[in-house]
Amino acid sequence: MKKSKFSLLLILTLVFSLILSACSGGDNNAGEEKPEDGEGTTGETANVPQELRMLDSSEIPTMDTVLAEGSTSFTYINNVGEGLYRLDQNHKPVPALADGEPEISDDNLVYTFKLIDSKWSNGEAVTAHDFVYAWQRAIDPATGSPYGPYMMGGKIKGAAEITELGAAKKEYDLNTLGVKAIDDKTLEVTLEKPIAYWQDLFAFPTFYPQNQKFVEEKGEAFASNAENLLYNGPFVMEKWEGTDATEWVLAKNPDYHNADQVTLEKITVNVVKDSNSAVNAFEAGETDMTGLLSSDIVPSYEGDERMLSWMEAVVFWIKMNQKNEALANVNIRKAIAMGFNKEDLTNSILNNGSVAANYFVPKDFVTLDGEDFREKNGDIISFNAEEAKKYWEQGLKELGVDKLELRYLGGDTEAAKKTDAYIKNQLETNLPGLTINLESVPFAVRLERDNAMDYDLQFAGWGPDYGNALSFTDLWITDGGSNRMGYSNKQYDQLIKDAQGKLATDEKAQWEAQQEAERIMLEEDAGLAPVYQRAANILLNPNVKGLAIYNYGPDYSFQWVTIEGEE
Amino acid sequence: MAKYLLKRVLYMFLTLFIIASLTFFLMKIIPGTPFASANKLGPAQMEIMKAKYGLDQPVPVQYAKYIGNLLQGDLGISFQFNNTPVTDLMFKRLGPSMQLGAQAMLLGTIVGIVLGILAALRQNSWVDYSSTFVAVLGKSIPNFVFAGLLQYFVGVKLGWFPVLFWRGFEYTVLPTIALAMLPIAIAARFMRTEMIEVLGSDYIMLAKAKGASFFEIAFKHALRNALIPLVTVLGPLAISLMTGSLVIEKIFAIPGLGEQFVKSITVNDYPVIMGTTILFAALFVVIILVVDILYGIIDPRIRLSGGNK
Repeated sequence: MKKSKFSLLLILTLVFSLILSACSGGDNNAGEEKPEDGEGTTGETANVPQELRMLDSSEIPTMDTVLAEGSTSFTYINNVGEGLYRLDQNHKPVPALADGEPEISDDNLVYTFKLIDSKWSNGEAVTAHDFVYAWQRAIDPATGSPYGPYMMGGKIKGAAEITELGAAKKEYDLNTLGVKAIDDKTLEVTLEKPIAYWQDLFAFPTFYPQNQKFVEEKGEAFASNAENLLYNGPFVMEKWEGTDATEWVLAKNPDYHNADQVTLEKITVNVVKDSNSAVNAFEAGETDMTGLLSSDIVPSYEGDERMLSWMEAVVFWIKMNQKNEALANVNIRKAIAMGFNKEDLTNSILNNGSVAANYFVPKDFVTLDGEDFREKNGDIISFNAEEAKKYWEQGLKELGVDKLELRYLGGDTEAAKKTDAYIKNQLETNLPGLTINLESVPFAVRLERDNAMDYDLQFAGWGPDYGNALSFTDLWITDGGSNRMGYSNKQYDQLIKDAQGKLATDEKAQWEAQQEAERIMLEEDAGLAPVYQRAANILLNPNVKGLAIYNYGPDYSFQWVTIEGEE
Repeated sequence: MAKYLLKRVLYMFLTLFIIASLTFFLMKIIPGTPFASANKLGPAQMEIMKAKYGLDQPVPVQYAKYIGNLLQGDLGISFQFNNTPVTDLMFKRLGPSMQLGAQAMLLGTIVGIVLGILAALRQNSWVDYSSTFVAVLGKSIPNFVFAGLLQYFVGVKLGWFPVLFWRGFEYTVLPTIALAMLPIAIAARFMRTEMIEVLGSDYIMLAKAKGASFFEIAFKHALRNALIPLVTVLGPLAISLMTGSLVIEKIFAIPGLGEQFVKSITVNDYPVIMGTTILFAALFVVIILVVDILYGIIDPRIRLSGGNK
């Protein structure tokens, strides 16, 4: 009996010592700025295993190109599949399955692509019919693709009509979509109107081909796991147990037509949703690459060569609902747009490399002959407390009131609440008589209220889907699907209409029209209050070279990644 | 006994039906869109998407369809994970949550009971104080703090156990300890109080007078009686542990149900919200029944068929 008591004590002591060692360790190490350098891998310079271990912050919601709608899906689809075009290391779309550039009709509406020889992972050739099938499937209302109609509507001939008929529960004919297989190797695409960014469009995963026989044979099981997928890209999915899998493995595709460009043999991805945990895993040498870091972690890696930072093409702004009588007043809008210090917000509160935005087309997004879109327009509407107050007083006078109360719709995350509280405080301080009532709601609720225009001010953001400023400028055309704040300016509409249509083939003129539109929208109308452009940060093992990072569609391409030995 | 059980099982199904119905209508009141790309969908496309998921029909029709499918064991497909049946999603995720919860429960109960007994037997000694200290820590500090500390110091610094993931037993050690802190605290506190009370009762005096050994008194006589209130508290706790801890699962990157359930609510993934709620409720009513049966086993004076006049 004494023995049993002793063993109980022994178990207790062990448990205690484990807990206490964890706690006491905290005091000893708390002062350390950074964990020691050096990853788990040993210093070999030759024969380094070409394996990348990385973390992602979300499961893959779908690998069906037609149903995909988020960057996680797009990222892996882009790495195991391929369309007519592919984004290269510099974000530029280059011919992939298209054999060089297409033949374009004089009116810039009909594109005839010749296809190169390439095959699916089951050995079958990729043909023009595979494109026709996938595109028709993407626009078919019965499929319920979220991105198909969004990417095709108003761009590919007949797409919008099919969506309309489908919504009205009327009959539609998928063959009216502007895509035709002339033969196995020739694809004809008819556009609704000339499109400046057609190459970007055809590089987008929604426009990838699908093998009809395979998809129909698999039925419901199609794309449900690694076995029920076909691949024609640089990698294949060696392991992926389905949409809720938190680990998946990609392996080099020996049958890829550009296989000699691919060095990486294997990519292991694990889902980690907590940024601190991802950093711990990185420091413990369990991974070579983290997902995006939360902004509270970024300052502690300032200057560390293992942190990779870049400017995303994502801009956050305050939408002002111009159906609201007060916000219909341009002086009130100008006062709000100028009435808060954005630099302090990005430097002190966000502190992750994000920069104050005095524009809505981001910088480092599109360039023409080496010139950034932002160079001409620069800062259009920036913080100026004095000016803001003047506009404010003028606006109040015009409205015949001396105070205003506005509802401010924002996110419910800790970071969003901090930002929103700061903006509220700034605006209330700089604009006497203004009261802002914060309404913090989950993202899904914000989307719905945006749709119903049920807000006065709304903190929102936008990331592009193709590499043209139109991805931002066409948001604000009168009654545009994403406008949802009642902004309307005929001159603006005309400029964007021209940029989308008659100037589509003249890149310079197309740019200038959009730059002028942006100036009108912000400088003259203060239709929107831009806040900041977001920076992204990840931890990456310095041995990993050649990672391509994109600012629309997929997040990364691993096609050119190599793992080098340590020096 | 059989009659009692049959009645209880019938009540269980009735309870589940009421919970499912209430959840269904409450869920429909939650504002927000279930479509992730809602800001990119035009009105026509929104109609198509609603029709795809049957959201274009009146709520009573949706309800009738849902209950009809539910009776056939069909919980529908998830909105956020295209084409994935909710049952597949849930049962794949239930395994890790249950294992982790069960381990934490086991560790927590054993350590907690032992701590409580020792504290009661050695009242006002250093053993008692240490046990109380651990109980206070476990009760007052949230488990994500323990998780972070364990992960950083035991995982990253000492390298004793893996920091993240779910690949084998060693991966479960740190999350289990972090999750077990609360049951340790609860069990220790309850056990100490109950044991002190029981040890002071007449029959223990009698046992002592009859010359029963220390061990016999503690484990044979006192423990059994002290366990009853503990079972009452630990039943519901077991459910909350086994249905997944959002924070622990997130910190240790464990593919469990807790994190999934919370996400489904924030993105309005109706079928997953319903499926998980029904599953949690089912587990809950089963555990309550098990607890009632356990009462009878621990203390035969409690009759399961009692009150059946």
